[in-house]
Order: sequence, then structure tokens, then C-alpha cells
Amino acid sequence: MSTSSATQGGFYSRIGIQGVTLVLFAGSIASYFLFPEHLALLTQLFVLMVFALSYDLLQGHGGIVSLGHAAFFGLGAYAAAILARTGYNDPLLGLVFAAIVSALVALVLTPIIVRGNDFTRLLVTLGVASLVYEAANRMRWLTGGADGLPDFEIAPLLGLYRFDFEGRTAFIYSFAVFALTYMFLWRVVTSPFGLALRGIRENARRMPAIGSPVRRHLAVAYTLSGGVAGIAGAVLAQTSRFASLDMLGFDRSAEIMMVATLGGSGHMVGVSVGAAAFGWLKDVLSTVSPKYWQLGLGIVLMLSVFVARGGIGSLLDRLRFRRSA
Amino acid sequence: MTAALSTKDLSVRFGAFRAVDGVNLNVRPGARHALIGPNGAGKTTLVHALTGSLSPTEGSIAIFGEDITRLSEKDRVRRGLARTFQINQLFRGLSVLDNVVLAIMERDRKTLAFWRSAAADKRAHDEAREHLAFVNLTPHADRAVRDLPYGSQRLLEIAIALATKPRILILDEPAAGVPSSESQAIFERIHALPQDLTLLFIEHDMSLVFRFSDRISVLVAGQVMVEGTPAEISSDDRVKEIYLGRRTGHAA
Ligand SMILES: Nc1ncnc2c1ncn2[C@@H]1O[C@H](COP(=O)(O)OP(=O)(O)OP(=O)(O)O)[C@@H](O)[C@H]1O
Ligand SMILES: [Mg+2]
Repeated sequence: MSTSSATQGGFYSRIGIQGVTLVLFAGSIASYFLFPEHLALLTQLFVLMVFALSYDLLQGHGGIVSLGHAAFFGLGAYAAAILARTGYNDPLLGLVFAAIVSALVALVLTPIIVRGNDFTRLLVTLGVASLVYEAANRMRWLTGGADGLPDFEIAPLLGLYRFDFEGRTAFIYSFAVFALTYMFLWRVVTSPFGLALRGIRENARRMPAIGSPVRRHLAVAYTLSGGVAGIAGAVLAQTSRFASLDMLGFDRSAEIMMVATLGGSGHMVGVSVGAAAFGWLKDVLSTVSPKYWQLGLGIVLMLSVFVARGGIGSLLDRLRFRRSA
Repeated sequence: MTAALSTKDLSVRFGAFRAVDGVNLNVRPGARHALIGPNGAGKTTLVHALTGSLSPTEGSIAIFGEDITRLSEKDRVRRGLARTFQINQLFRGLSVLDNVVLAIMERDRKTLAFWRSAAADKRAHDEAREHLAFVNLTPHADRAVRDLPYGSQRLLEIAIALATKPRILILDEPAAGVPSSESQAIFERIHALPQDLTLLFIEHDMSLVFRFSDRISVLVAGQVMVEGTPAEISSDDRVKEIYLGRRTGHAA
């Protein structure tokens, strides 16, 4: 979190949610009317935003790096898909199930992840994610292996709204999930626990010297973050009616790390906007040049490091200050 | 009377090197106990061992008669043993107030709650402001720590430690790196601490040591060379030699 938001945190958390957040939500809703042809893409952007926010809880607020966060995303996607295939295909039930599965796996893994320093943590999270990937690849009977899990139906949302071909229900569903997880995570980062998490980020060494149960905090952070990542994966599986290995893969883990950095670590609005911008850019570039889009994306990412140090979040903060000055 | 803080044959080895070598320390409740000694004598290493950020190779540590040798750093803090650091260990990106609020919330076991607003906890914030007032940091409460002058950061070190409500406070060179005009002010604040709070402090400036301590242990090469009242220590020939020798060594 930038200096400004750190010192203003007290004020904002007292009035509830930040003004910029309302702008973010309003913009999200407006996109439904502005880009009615692109509801499927917008749905994917919300998924990416939720996933990015889940990762940002760890890296941005706790200062804990992870190179395997897609494992929780993919687990959520498979959990939702597998549950739907057994016939329990209510979307909200699938969401809760996915959140629980991913959160539990994250909790079980914390003892090995929490140990060591940033570097060992990168290696361990990378290793764990590869294991999850390989397990999903091998367990064809459950996951469909390399073919993924297609062909399942999702029941109407709240028993009322069918997931239509144009993707309207999917849009509203994914937006609602985004808005709710955003508000949940906002509460988390402005809570006493959130303060402790930032304490770990700012000075992990001082924490035990003020009597802080650091490992326990990290376990809670991983569990919450894993659960939210699972929710993101579940929404993607449910709205695309597909779960596949790439949802667990290293590319997705690396991507979310870039997205969070582009957005501005620890800045929830910045991370959300950054995720949307990244997802949109990726879509545009891959249409323009199916061959070289990754190159274009790489250039934009590198430029963003120089143009917007501290990410989109710090740009937004500067805009806000200029306006009030 | 049971000592507030005591050690028995405490040693810390780094490989073959004995940084702390068989230290027997007795700090009486309410003491203003100074720990002095030349650079590299092992003072900070001893503090690390006392507070549990480093585990001793041999020996034991007790506070108020309870053996704490095997307790974690966190659990020692929870039993009332707090410290400050020779090199600032602050939460630099957080506000001054939040640094202290965090310590209070950890002390009161409030930090497990992720569903509540931290800012709404008025009691914690009021108490934090009291600690800041004590070290004269009230005007800086809402600034980010990294923007704070160095001397003020040293005072915040103390405020954070106080927020844990310690029974014993260990201060590792609380005035390290600040000009002598300011180190006076820092020691005035330490002097103003409640009488029943047991203090063990490290300090190189002998005039401050003699003014603010009622007991002094001299650590040399990891061992307690001599312990006594300020009067006894100031007249001890070996101590004089070390300190005079050190001065001339520095001048050369
Ligand atoms: N982690 C470590 N590994 C190896 N040697 C160490 C380690 N920490 C400290 N030492 C050595 O132990 C000795 C004591 O260091 P310590 O920092 O405790 O001294 P000190 O009395 O606090 O000195 P100062 O007055 O300069 O703060 C020094 O020689 C130091 O180099
Ligand atoms: Mg030292």
C-alpha cells in the first residue's frame, strides 16, 4: 500500500468503502451497456480481477511471494466442474464448494510454504503447483487429463436466471462475485488482521518482537487467498462450462504476479484496473496478431515499470492528489 | 527476592567463536540496569538470546523465576519481556500511529479478526496516542514512519515496545546514532518510565550510564568482567583501562 493510502486508511475504513471503488463498480456496470457484444470477455475480466485480488492479499498486503497461485484457481475450477458433473449444478453451491476445497488445500500447504524466505518460497510454491498440475494430469478419471472437463450444465442462477448464450447472466454473476469478493477483501485488509499482514510485509522480523503469531497470520492469509482464488476459478469454469489443465498452469501463476505488479501491489483499485487492462490488452493484441501478441504484452509490461512505478494504483493516487490540490 | 530477569551460564556460539560466554546475570525487579562493554563484546547477541530471537548454545534464562529458555520470542513477549533494537526495526510504510496500534492489537490478541474494522477500535487508538504522547510523537502520529526524522524513529522504537505492556524492557542502545543533544531527551523519557518496570539497557556514553543506571554489568569478550553499582564501576581499574584504552584506540 502506498504511503498515502497507508495514512488515509484510517479515514477510509471508517466511512466504509473508498469513493474510487464506487467509480470502479459503476464503470464495471457501465461496461455491460457500452460493450454488449463483449460480455464473454468482460466476464473473463471479472474472473481475472478476482484472481488478481486474491493474489494481492498475499503479495501486496502480506509481502509474501508465490509462483504457484494458479494451483488454487485451477482447483476451484475443477471442484466446480466436478461437482456440476455429479448433478449438483447450482452455481452458488459450486462456488462455495470450490472456495472450501481451495481454502482447505491452501491451509494444508501452509506449513511448508510459510517456512523459509522469499526465495525458498518461490521455489516451494512453484514446486507445489507443478505437483498439483501433474496430479490433475494423471487423474484422468477425475479431471479428464489433458482433454479437460467439458460437457456439464450449470443450473439457473438462484433457480431463476438461465446462463444464456449471449452471456448476460454470466456477466451479472461474475460482476456480483467480483463486487462481493472485493468488499470482503476490503474488509480483510482494513481489519486488525489486515494491519498485522502489512506489519509482516513491512518488517517480518519485528513482528515476533511485539508478540505476533506470524505463522498463524500467514496461514490465515493463505487460506483466505486460496479460497478467493478458488472462487475465481469456479466462476470461469461455470461460465465457460469447461475446466482444463491450463487453469492450473505455471503461465497463469506468472501472469497473475505480473498483473498484480502492473496494478500496483497492495492497492486494490489499482490491482482491479490493472487486471482488467491486462486481460483486455491480451485480448486485443491476440486478435491483432495471433503470432506476436505475447511480444506486445511483454513490451507494455516493461514500459509500465518505467512509466508507472508503483503501478496503476500509484497513478490513480497521483491523479487524486492533483485534483484535490 | 526473585530476580526479574536472570541467566545461568548462558552461552551463544557462532561456530567456534563464543560471542556470549557463560553469562550469569541478575536483574532485580524495578532495576535500571546498564549493560556496557566495548564494540563486539556480545551485548546485542546476549539480548537476542534473552528475547529468543536467537537460541543459546548453553545455559538458561528465567523471568520472575519462570524458566523461559525454551519459549519462542513471541511467547516471551506475551509473558512481559519486550525489547527495542539497536538498528531500527520499524514498520516503515505504515503510519506512526499504526505502528503502535499494531503492537496493542497483537498484545490484546485482536489481530486474528479479519471481519472487523481496525479503525473502529477506538480504545486501541486512544491507547496508542497515549504511548505516542509519552515519547512526544503526538504531532507525527499520522505521518508514514519512513518520513520521520531519525531521532523520532528511535523514540517510536520505544513506544512500540511499551505498547506490548512489558514487565521487563530491554533497550539496545536506545540513543544509537543520534546527536548527544537528542540522546539526553531520549534518556529523559526512559527515566520517566514507571518505577516498577524493570529496565536493562545498553549504552556506550558513560555519562548517561552513570546518570541513569543503578546497577552496571560490564561485558567483555562475551563474559561479565565485573558487576556493581555505578560508584563501584567508575572506580574499577579494569573498566577504566578498557574504556580509556578504547578512547585512545579510537583517537589513533
Ligand atoms: N550471526 C552472527 N554470526 C557470526 N558472528 C556474529 C553474529 N552476530 C554477531 N557476531 C559476532 O559476535 C560478536 C558480538 O557481536 P554483538 O553485536 O553482540 O556485539 P555488541 O556488544 O552488541 O557490539 P556493539 O557495541 O558494536 O553493538 C561480534 O564479534 C560479532 O561480529
Ligand atoms: Mg550491539
